[in-house]
Amino acid sequence: MTLLPYLLAAWLFLVGLYGVVTSRHLVHLVICLSVMQSATYVLLLAIGYRSGKKAPIFTAGVPVKVGAVDPVVQALTLTDVVVSVTGVALLLALVVEIWKRAGTVDPDRLRRKEL
Amino acid sequence: MSSTLVPLVVAVPLLAAAALGALGNFAPSRFDNLVAIAVAVAVTVFSVLLIFRSADQTIHYWFGGWKPRSGIAIGISFSVDPLVAGVAALIGVLATAALVVSWDYFGEQVPQHFHVLMLIFLGSMTGFALSSDLFNMFVFFELMSIAAFALTGYRIEQSSALQGAINFAVVNSIGAFMLLTGIALLYGRTGALNLAQIGQVLSRGRADGLVVVAFTLVVVGFLTKAGAVPFHFWLSDAYAVAPAPVCILFAGVMSDLGLHATGRTYWEGFSGVLGADAGSVRGVLVGLGVGTALLGGAMAFVQAGLKRMLAFVVISHVGIFLAAIGLLTARGLAGATVGIVADGLVKGALFCAVASLARRLGETDELSLHGRGTPIPITGAVLGVGAVGLAVVPPLAILSGDGWLRGLLVVASALTGGAVLRAAGRIFLGLGPKQDELLVEPQAGAEAELRRAPRAGALLWLPGVALLAAGLTLAFTPGLARRAVQHAKLSVDRPALARETLHGVRTPLPKPSFERSPAAYAYAGAAGLLAIGFAALGLYRRRVPVLVAAPMHRLKLLHDGVVGEYVTWLTVGTAVIGVLFAVLIAKRP
Repeated sequence: MTLLPYLLAAWLFLVGLYGVVTSRHLVHLVICLSVMQSATYVLLLAIGYRSGKKAPIFTAGVPVKVGAVDPVVQALTLTDVVVSVTGVALLLALVVEIWKRAGTVDPDRLRRKEL
Repeated sequence: MSSTLVPLVVAVPLLAAAALGALGNFAPSRFDNLVAIAVAVAVTVFSVLLIFRSADQTIHYWFGGWKPRSGIAIGISFSVDPLVAGVAALIGVLATAALVVSWDYFGEQVPQHFHVLMLIFLGSMTGFALSSDLFNMFVFFELMSIAAFALTGYRIEQSSALQGAINFAVVNSIGAFMLLTGIALLYGRTGALNLAQIGQVLSRGRADGLVVVAFTLVVVGFLTKAGAVPFHFWLSDAYAVAPAPVCILFAGVMSDLGLHATGRTYWEGFSGVLGADAGSVRGVLVGLGVGTALLGGAMAFVQAGLKRMLAFVVISHVGIFLAAIGLLTARGLAGATVGIVADGLVKGALFCAVASLARRLGETDELSLHGRGTPIPITGAVLGVGAVGLAVVPPLAILSGDGWLRGLLVVASALTGGAVLRAAGRIFLGLGPKQDELLVEPQAGAEAELRRAPRAGALLWLPGVALLAAGLTLAFTPGLARRAVQHAKLSVDRPALARETLHGVRTPLPKPSFERSPAAYAYAGAAGLLAIGFAALGLYRRRVPVLVAAPMHRLKLLHDGVVGEYVTWLTVGTAVIGVLFAVLIAKRP
């Protein structure tokens, strides 16, 4: 049990958040978003990790008593990856369209003008 | 056993969506719309059946028959009681209305993939409402979000629609990451994803830092979806640009699902471990609710674009129901649930009226439509009566609480009703001036490219009338509140819920003991009158006092569509809520 993965998760989350807040380019912003999501993968895997244990694949020849890391969080991480890919793909498609319509992908220049 | 109905509510729309998507353009025109309407009707019927079948005892459906063994839940479950089934029925009804409206709304341009997306949206919303497993809730939350992002940006010809969709997607994704982080921390602590089991394990420990952080993250995740202040900025951008039929579902139920989940997570998961700190949680949630209600009401009042106005109405009402849930009583929960259903139907009806305006007159802007609504009087009636409904329905749903709280909520709901009433008066009766410097001019929305229809099809106005009638009937049915309180008493009894979910030990339903007091009707009447007063003030006041104009100007400037600022508010809001919980809970001796 080490603190490192938890610190890494926090770092990824915060650095991604900083990128999203300060971004001047929507593609950059979407990538920062996926950096934030990587923090959740690291966190989930860290929570399920047991040092000295095997991968959770039980076939003939692998003694059960060795034990395995928690397979639940690995399933959760996989689901999370699928979700994230869908989201990023959709967002990037929207960014491409906005580039075609507005000619800019700078969030500041896309500011609502009618106020 | 009636439990086979439970998964169908989710599976039928998702399977139909997959089938329609596979068929693609091979199906005859209008075929996918017909199928989608049939599926939405089926979901409604199943949900209504579930309301009655779960009336005596909650139905727990374990997928694959993986029931808990000796109190440990390995499988995944849906839990259905009448309150949950009622929310599912609301989703079904609003989806039906939205799909019927979309028949005429898009005119000759038969939209591609629209119905596939709507069916995915429908299935994921019902799944989210029924899930009693936190990770399942997250998956449905994301599925619902992604369908919603695509539907918001559906009109890709307009950069405002794309921008609204991007703001929606970015802010909600960050909300979802917070939710997932919270879920991961809870899993690390409890080894469980089932809410009842999480609650059971947590209640044996104390409210330490991890519990507080996890609770904050989960609540913020759900409240971002709900649109509580200061997580609400995306909502007005997205609802203002999404096609009106989509808004029927967004406004009617998507936001409120976030509240529903907040209530469920607190009661089933955290009410044990945070039980001694309920006062602190109550203070924060009610405070957020009242702030959201008033800010939403004030911002709704200064909009000229009907869709953005209704978006702020949604925010305001989310605040009202958040305050009700935040009271952390069975009555608060019951009132909020009944209110969410009745109010959702009214808001859905109002967006039906907006769809009709957009289709017939090509615009949804109060000022430029001044006096032009006369060809469609039924739409005018829906808008006018619906406006009064907006003012009256939420106070009827607040079943308890102090006088000052109920008074503030009455002001908020009167502001929302007054704003819509003013717009109805201007558009359909030609009241008031054609200019108003207080109002925000809307930008071109999803309707700008729509070809105007010469005739009103009944499909365009009938759903609105039906939704409005249903919503007002539900709000004024007195027995409904009594039954809801009876079931809510079970929903707030965490140990009994856990025994039932994990060990199959049934708790008998408590006797009905609650009657809605005349005070609720008095508050509702006051809200209705106040709304008429606000509408008149909006139409006939001479000038705006500086004391109102200056802060309102500041407030308008905050909603400027820059996504980085929205995320900053989200971050600050999360930090403030987290620190408040931490300080209040640590201070307790």
